[in-house]
Amino acid sequence: MTTLSLARGRRPPLSVIVTVGVIAWLIAWFAESPLADWFSYDLLRLERGSHLGGAVDFFLADVPKVFLLLLGIVTVVTLIRSFFPPERVRAALAGRGTFAGSVASAAFGIVTPFCSCSAVPLFIGFVEAGIPLGVTFAFLISSPMVNEVALVLLWGLFGPEIALVYVAAGLTVAIVGGLLIGALHLERYVEPYVWELQGTGGQMAEVKVTWADRITDAWRYTVDLVRRITPYLLIGIGIGALIHGYAPTELVAAIGGRSNPFAVPIVVLIALPLYSNAAGTIPIVQALLGKGMPLGTTLAFMMAITAISLPEFIILRKVIKPQLIAIFAGVVTIGILCIGYLFNAIIA
Amino acid sequence: MKKIEVLGPGCPNCQRLEANARQAVAMAGIEAEIVKVTDYRTIAAYGVMSTPGLVIDGRVVSYGRIPSPGDIAEWLFA
Repeated sequence: MTTLSLARGRRPPLSVIVTVGVIAWLIAWFAESPLADWFSYDLLRLERGSHLGGAVDFFLADVPKVFLLLLGIVTVVTLIRSFFPPERVRAALAGRGTFAGSVASAAFGIVTPFCSCSAVPLFIGFVEAGIPLGVTFAFLISSPMVNEVALVLLWGLFGPEIALVYVAAGLTVAIVGGLLIGALHLERYVEPYVWELQGTGGQMAEVKVTWADRITDAWRYTVDLVRRITPYLLIGIGIGALIHGYAPTELVAAIGGRSNPFAVPIVVLIALPLYSNAAGTIPIVQALLGKGMPLGTTLAFMMAITAISLPEFIILRKVIKPQLIAIFAGVVTIGILCIGYLFNAIIA
Repeated sequence: MKKIEVLGPGCPNCQRLEANARQAVAMAGIEAEIVKVTDYRTIAAYGVMSTPGLVIDGRVVSYGRIPSPGDIAEWLFA
């Protein structure tokens, strides 16, 4: 064992690293906005209120802010999520009725880590434990929709109110969608082999994971995620900055505004090929909201981006028949359209 | 000889776990066979829902995360 401990190398204790990290984060957080202002208006001598000044300031203030938020909050969220693996959620859901199950399942969807490559084992695991189909779908809708990147960007760029409204709307779509799919009795569209597995899964031994493991895992995951989405984020913020500085408000209002009854379906269509690229699109959406795009349209756009994922539909084909995939996609899409119109109607 | 199974459909995380397992075997200096399990039925039979999962000699030692080569090496001795 001595050779093993030698090979693992020496580092300062984790508590020291975490403390230094948190302090550095806080300093950066409070210094970044004044720095961006100083850089654009004092150093570059851009005029306040000018097109270029607005665009540069938007870009410089948003980029560090978004990265700080991602690094900080995604790490914390990932750490919290490590306590809610689907294996544990499944045990909590088993034996519940469709209604209570759908509500709980949609709520768990928020805190359970999810990646589309895990969608199939997750589906099999739920069905195998006898969890009703509707409850399973409530989870499959809410889990990708309320994802950490979307949440962080919404909170940081739009403020807590819109982030919470987004979560509430996502939960509603997931619960209603789950209840609907449950009521339609679509069990025949699940591949037969999945049913044959029912009850075969072994009770799994609890695997021990230490706090140090969880913190290191969370940080590694976050760094990897940030590295992956950085190019999209920069492009998104760049386009957002151009819109912020240059796009005329009338143009945005004409296309996405309340006067255009098709604005909601149009933005959902635009969102289809952008699946799960919340990083690149939310900064653009922020600028559009600032230019007068109504909240309902904005929410519909973001929900469509995170929840309608073509790769996930394709991968689910391994466990469910195309008819059920179509119904799943249809229910989610209609749910998103309803949210869009509803919010446009109630928020003037 | 130890048997290590990496459970997962072949996503980047599964490949990283497999690489870590190889490194662990080298660190531990023992003989071990590393098998990739991509069949969903087998994965489900182990009760694993969040991939990648790691199984040593038929026992699930980790799932939903990528343990370091050092951790895996310790499990190989356990």
